[in-house]
Amino acid sequence: MSSFWNAWIWALTVGNILACWWLIRWTMKNRAGEAASGDVTGHVWDGTLEEYNNPLPRWWLWLFYGTMLFAAAYLAIYGVGNWKGLSNWSETGAYDAEMAKAEAEYGPVFAKYAKTPIPALATDPEAVKTGRHLFLTYCMQCHGSDAQGARGFPNLADKDWLWGGTPEKIEETILNGRQAAMPSWKPILGEDGVDKAANYVASLAGHKADPAKAEEGKKIFQTNCAACHGMDGKGNPMLGAPNLTDKTWLYGGTLRTIKKTIAGGRTGKMPAHKDLLGKDKVHVLAGYVYSLSHGG
Amino acid sequence: MSSQTTYNYKVVRQFAIMTVIWGIVGMLVGVTIAAQLAFPDLTHGISFLSFGRLRPLHTNAVIFAFGGSALFATSYYVVQRTCQTRLFASGLAAFTFWGWNLVILLAAITLPLGMTSSKEYAELEWPIDILIAVVWVSYAIVFFGTIAKRKVKHIYVANWFYGAFILTIAVLHIVNNLEIPVTLTKSYSFYPGAIDAMVQWWYGHNAVGFFLTAGFLGMMYYFVPKQAGRPVYSYRLSVVHFWALISTYMWAGPHHLHYTALPDWTQTVGMIFSLILLAPSWGGMINGMMTLSGAWHKLRTDPILKFLIVSLSFYGMSTFEGPMMAIKTVNALSHYTDWTVGHVHSGALGWVAMVSIGSLYALIPHLFGKKHMYSMALVEAHFWIATIGVVLYIAAMWISGVMQGLMWRAVNADGTLTYSFIESVERTYPFYYVRLIGGILFLSGMLLMLFNVMKTIKNPAPADDAIPQAA
Repeated sequence: MSSFWNAWIWALTVGNILACWWLIRWTMKNRAGEAASGDVTGHVWDGTLEEYNNPLPRWWLWLFYGTMLFAAAYLAIYGVGNWKGLSNWSETGAYDAEMAKAEAEYGPVFAKYAKTPIPALATDPEAVKTGRHLFLTYCMQCHGSDAQGARGFPNLADKDWLWGGTPEKIEETILNGRQAAMPSWKPILGEDGVDKAANYVASLAGHKADPAKAEEGKKIFQTNCAACHGMDGKGNPMLGAPNLTDKTWLYGGTLRTIKKTIAGGRTGKMPAHKDLLGKDKVHVLAGYVYSLSHGG
Repeated sequence: MSSQTTYNYKVVRQFAIMTVIWGIVGMLVGVTIAAQLAFPDLTHGISFLSFGRLRPLHTNAVIFAFGGSALFATSYYVVQRTCQTRLFASGLAAFTFWGWNLVILLAAITLPLGMTSSKEYAELEWPIDILIAVVWVSYAIVFFGTIAKRKVKHIYVANWFYGAFILTIAVLHIVNNLEIPVTLTKSYSFYPGAIDAMVQWWYGHNAVGFFLTAGFLGMMYYFVPKQAGRPVYSYRLSVVHFWALISTYMWAGPHHLHYTALPDWTQTVGMIFSLILLAPSWGGMINGMMTLSGAWHKLRTDPILKFLIVSLSFYGMSTFEGPMMAIKTVNALSHYTDWTVGHVHSGALGWVAMVSIGSLYALIPHLFGKKHMYSMALVEAHFWIATIGVVLYIAAMWISGVMQGLMWRAVNADGTLTYSFIESVERTYPFYYVRLIGGILFLSGMLLMLFNVMKTIKNPAPADDAIPQAA
């Protein structure tokens, strides 16, 4: 910050503390003609309200002075304005130091698993326990503490995988994240087209659908949707395109929801965890996630 | 009697009655959201009864509707009597009553509808903010106009505190609510990012310091010596703690933003001034409590005095706890936990509500030409119910808050967190039940008060006291 603002902050901070000090000293002074200690001041309000001219309680004064001295010492150590203080402490510095300490202490705990293949991790009770704790800290907010997901967030405990369920694919998903890209089809297909396509998709999963609309929807599907979801609607894990013929529905499988999905598109996002957790922790985490669907 | 020879008690009566009504409304909403935490599906699916909508309604109702009405009522009463003159601009005073109640009504409609500027304790949208500013400036004109035409030379200490509260709230409200309207019901803050957060908590903590502290200290400085029949303990202490309190409170806001994007030096300044604030705060407590020296026996028989003195005890406790929680290392444990909620309520219920209730029990009979309340036994009952309610509430929140803080930071041998968030929620349930019981008790006390007040003001006698003529 500029030297003006630095001076401004210094003046107000130190000035206010000194002003408190001065205020105490000034108020303690005895003045000529004032009431003696223990007597009323002589002012009366509303018939009966008076005030004693008692001195400031001594223990309270020491408390006041004590907090001011503490403040002065604290300012000297931690600084104010542009001055970093005698300790040169900073919040970011403290964070880096704590993280470095944690890395030194806990890094080896995870590094020892780095060479173990994921399926082996999934059967190692110690590794699964550690992985579970990571999951409960970083993943449960979306996928739930039981990993069974929620609307828009996939179930990780079943055999159904959007982006592939091999150990390598799971690890890749956690490391780099995933971005689904189901576009919004309403501008292209129109209301009517969306309706027909939705009826066809509902019929694929064996849900109630209008057969006439579904028949027309099939053509629309094959022209527009098959590129990602396949001619048979069984999806493509390379693209994260879900299988539309099974019972698993990320956003819901009712005709109404399917219509909404086709009309507006869906852009589910799994964030990348490489920078947040580092490769070793992600490896252990992948072991836990793998264990959920492989009898761990 | 012509209107210029009596005090204006009409507006005082109006605000006094509305204090009781808004207290019940605000606390009922509080009990509702406490029940929602204990039973999360209670109002499931009803948008305008959801926790997120009702919580700001609760805070606004208890702070500004209940607390605000208590401050309007007592400040208008105290300033007239201690200045020995009728309220300045009675028409404007009447406007503040209707204007303030319109603000509350609009809050009660817009907040459940989800209209919010999203700033804590300043959620109301811009048209209401403008109305508040107009009402508040009118309030200042009435109050300081009355001071200006006073018939006594010295300004009584209660009026210093009321005056500081009125002036500062005007500044805080206007600066924090500078916003850019996009529609009639939506606006965005004028300030960017971390500056917005700092302005918000400069406002937020001074709402505590000036609305909930300075204003109610004004109330204390009139009703405690009046009820005890004793002089204020120390004039010198009044002077020191007044100036020290108002100058240091201004800096305390950053302690709400420890370990955030706020610059390090700002957090440092917030912490040290929060600590210095301990002694000035206790100055008020000492001055109130020590006023009873020579009259302690009155505590045995006078439930009104019990309310006032216990409120000062809670004030002393909260203002010790606050500076401690502002220390960064303590804050690292306490922040974002129920401890904060407990701290707020030991101040809000223990201090603000109890000093208001005690003062109203002293004030209301006087306003309606009665010697005392309809039933002093009910006042006594109210005192005990309220005290037990507060103790249950804050003890539950202390324990659950410290427990949450410890659970969130517990680490396993492999460096992972021992508990997931939901486990800490699960362990909090018993304390949510106890807190709910505490809240219900406190609300029940208010219902007793309403009954007692209604009985007291039935068949009112002429009460507008004549203004003593200056010798």
